[in-house]
Amino acid sequence: MVVPERFLEAHNRKLLMDRSTPGRIGASLTKLDVPKTALPEVSLLRDNLDMPEVSESEIVRYFSQLSHYNFSIDHNFYPLGSCTMKYNPKVNDEMASLPGMSEIHPYQPESTVQGALKLIWHLQEILAEFMGMAGASVSPKAGAESEFAGMLMARVYHLSRGDTQRKKVLIPDSAHGTNPASAVVAGFHVVSLPTNEDGNTDLNALKAAVGDDLAGFMLTQPSTLGIFDTNLLEVIQVVRDAGGILYGDGANLNALLGKVKLGELGFDVVHSNLHKTFTQPHGGGGPGAGAVLVSERLLPFLPAPHVVRTEDDAIEKFSLVTPPQSVGRLGPFAGNFGALVRAYSYIRTLGDVGIAEVSEDAVINANYILSQLRGVYDLPHDRHCKHEVVFSAKNLKDKYGVSAKDVCKRLIDYGIHPPTMYFPLPNVVEESLLIEPTETESKETLDQFIEVMKLIAKEASESPDLLHDAPHNTTNTRLDEVLAARKPVLRWRRKTSE
Amino acid sequence: MGELQDTIRYMTTTFTSHFSPNTDSDREAMLTAIGVESAAELFDDIPKEFRFPGLDIPEPLSEFELRQEMGALAAQNATPGDYACFLGAGSYRHHVPAIVRALAMRGEFLTSYTPYQPEVSQGTLQAHYEFQTLICQLTGMDVANSGMYECATSLAEAAMMAARITKRDRIVMLDSVSPNYQDVVRTYTQGHELPIDIISPGQLDLPDDTACVIVQQPNFFGYLEDLQSLSDRAHKQGALLIVSVDLASLGMLKPPGDYDADIVVAEAQTLGVSPSYGGPYVGVFACKDSREFLRQMPGRIVGETIDTEGRTGYVLTLQTREQHIRRERATSNICTSVGLIALMSAIYMASQGKQGLRHLAELCYHKSHYLASLIQEIPGYSVPVEGTFFREFVMQCPLTPGEINEKLLAYKIIGGLDVSDQIENGMLLCCTDVNTREEIETLAKALAEIGGTA
Repeated sequence: MVVPERFLEAHNRKLLMDRSTPGRIGASLTKLDVPKTALPEVSLLRDNLDMPEVSESEIVRYFSQLSHYNFSIDHNFYPLGSCTMKYNPKVNDEMASLPGMSEIHPYQPESTVQGALKLIWHLQEILAEFMGMAGASVSPKAGAESEFAGMLMARVYHLSRGDTQRKKVLIPDSAHGTNPASAVVAGFHVVSLPTNEDGNTDLNALKAAVGDDLAGFMLTQPSTLGIFDTNLLEVIQVVRDAGGILYGDGANLNALLGKVKLGELGFDVVHSNLHKTFTQPHGGGGPGAGAVLVSERLLPFLPAPHVVRTEDDAIEKFSLVTPPQSVGRLGPFAGNFGALVRAYSYIRTLGDVGIAEVSEDAVINANYILSQLRGVYDLPHDRHCKHEVVFSAKNLKDKYGVSAKDVCKRLIDYGIHPPTMYFPLPNVVEESLLIEPTETESKETLDQFIEVMKLIAKEASESPDLLHDAPHNTTNTRLDEVLAARKPVLRWRRKTSE
Repeated sequence: MGELQDTIRYMTTTFTSHFSPNTDSDREAMLTAIGVESAAELFDDIPKEFRFPGLDIPEPLSEFELRQEMGALAAQNATPGDYACFLGAGSYRHHVPAIVRALAMRGEFLTSYTPYQPEVSQGTLQAHYEFQTLICQLTGMDVANSGMYECATSLAEAAMMAARITKRDRIVMLDSVSPNYQDVVRTYTQGHELPIDIISPGQLDLPDDTACVIVQQPNFFGYLEDLQSLSDRAHKQGALLIVSVDLASLGMLKPPGDYDADIVVAEAQTLGVSPSYGGPYVGVFACKDSREFLRQMPGRIVGETIDTEGRTGYVLTLQTREQHIRRERATSNICTSVGLIALMSAIYMASQGKQGLRHLAELCYHKSHYLASLIQEIPGYSVPVEGTFFREFVMQCPLTPGEINEKLLAYKIIGGLDVSDQIENGMLLCCTDVNTREEIETLAKALAEIGGTA
């Protein structure tokens, strides 16, 4: 007899609280080896602790089964544009879990954590060198937090000069949503700038928007369209002449390592997502780490704590300090150290020669995809791209009613993670498919992807419903996101018997 | 022979990354297909004078060399485990069952992205739904998001959310909240210039424009605050009560939900995550269930729904609050969060379960009280703060805490946190399940010896 697949599936999906059986436990209890003290008075104690009671073997099977419902870099090609889903070297995980790295406490005296501080200091120096900046802080815990830190530095910098009227921040419409959100949290007012037909910053719009109220300009290079702004030097000049701080969103640094240093072009702040370019695994939504790199004039404003190196009788010493005009502390401690260890291991493994190869291969791979899918999908900006390329499914949408989303969901049936869809936003590119292969994929994988993308375009013309109904082989078919938002069910609750 | 010689030359003179599969012939084939002569042409759009700068960083290391290098760095740290360690104050050491790491390090969890494509992310989504559920069960709150960077930013986001909900500006914070947490709230609220009042717990009057009262339970010094009275006072004034709670205490103590807290934040590092010199951790963010609260909540939230065939599944929901949809009108700028750490914490909570969490709380309680009882017997030392503590307390020393800690290292002990800026010669000590009786008694003996020299 064939076991109905859905029967097993329903069991696998049962939540922990519904698996609970009184008396079971999933951990061995450490013995109490000291005399007991009277507990606090009863009014302070809880009378009910309704937590799951499940054995260790059940927990392992449950979470292992759940893991099978994920696509991941280890298992699938993952060309998710702007997310740099490159291979995450296993040795880095091992280095981060060395007891001398993972067990050290953030409040240990500095003399007992010199190895950790030395690693952080070297990483600060190396990251600043990558972008030609004067200094770096690695305390931000994600890209968005470094954007926030960068914009706070811009704020405090202007205030320190008595420029209290500088409240306006310009951001291109192609930017990540975190840019405007971060600028607002830092206290600024955001004005969106259009992108011109070539995918560059619209210079006329920029010139019209700058004035003595300008606090800064947040620019992503290469842009989320995967292209480098050919007017960049002029853009920088306009912003600097107006007295603005130039912020470089480094989400796409995977295209630039050893190719250009944004600091040399005149950027004041650049951030780097260590979970993209420097292989901290994404973990299903973090943790990340977001270094913030600054020019000379912003050094005094770096967030706390910052690691400095001093030398005494040829003995080097590393310490945590608060920069003189620091914007303050971003977190209780010195950042996501585990992610810093992984990034440092990665950079040291590749070294000067290997790092320079990263961007070259990432850019070759993206341009190869561009060259092979040209004519199959619309290509809004047909010029050499950097590490990622934007196609549009508008041709399929107009002819066969098949959307970018349908194409993405069909890719899942072929075992490929969808590219980023509907970003850049529809006002920049309609039905966008942002594809970033990264340098860690082979030509064979790219060829396979290209073949599948062509096949899907053909399927769209012959049997569009195959795409509308995709994916077909996953644990869930398409999920009702509208229902989820309209009637939020955000946690398990015990079913009350009627 | 020729091939072997090539190999030898290659191994000694050129470097090829083992992470990238491209060979020279792959590159050539692709460049031809692209229609360019060389890879350099693909970078023509970068201004020539700035193109291809050198990188002044060290040369590549083999995996073997990397292990040596990293091992040497790790050896320059004094590692708790080799040393007895009595530090807490927001980062806690516990025994973490092997399954936490074994499951979280599965490539399917470790190397997946934020679950924007729900059909290929049900593993992450369901695990985060478990996290939200277990946090609600433990804190007694209605809803929780799937995690913030850590507790301090969670607290700052809670303060800003309270200001939006009450349409008031003033943040009132007890002086017994962790000084580093206070600093983070200041950093995060400076852009909007929200006034912050620091008050003592006994201070009765709250200004009319108070958006929220922030209390840490147990407080920074380890002692319990009177949550009921603070809750009553905040609510009478129309302000929200925000509680930063120690999750390990909730195996035993009444949860903040029972005191009518509006928003609860916490550091879930204490549930299954190693100290790792301060991160990555995972901040808990839980609150009451109301339309306005849900609309104003920061961070990612997983919700239950059904698929086209009527089967239950999970998605990221209420995304219209988030930056990728709302841009400058988002409730928070958070994007990459700490999904993997939330997963670890969920696995830990599942493994401890009802009995284990109660047991953990009792171990912390009895061990720290045992240490306090020994200290009270040592001439020159005292436990000056009155009240009920859970697993941390302040010891007053006959010397500066800095001197004591320095001397303790010779006994292979990492002492407590120096809080002498707040309590004269005060040191904040913490005991958890991993502090054995032997360690505790060794510390007491060492303190007596060091104190005897004062």
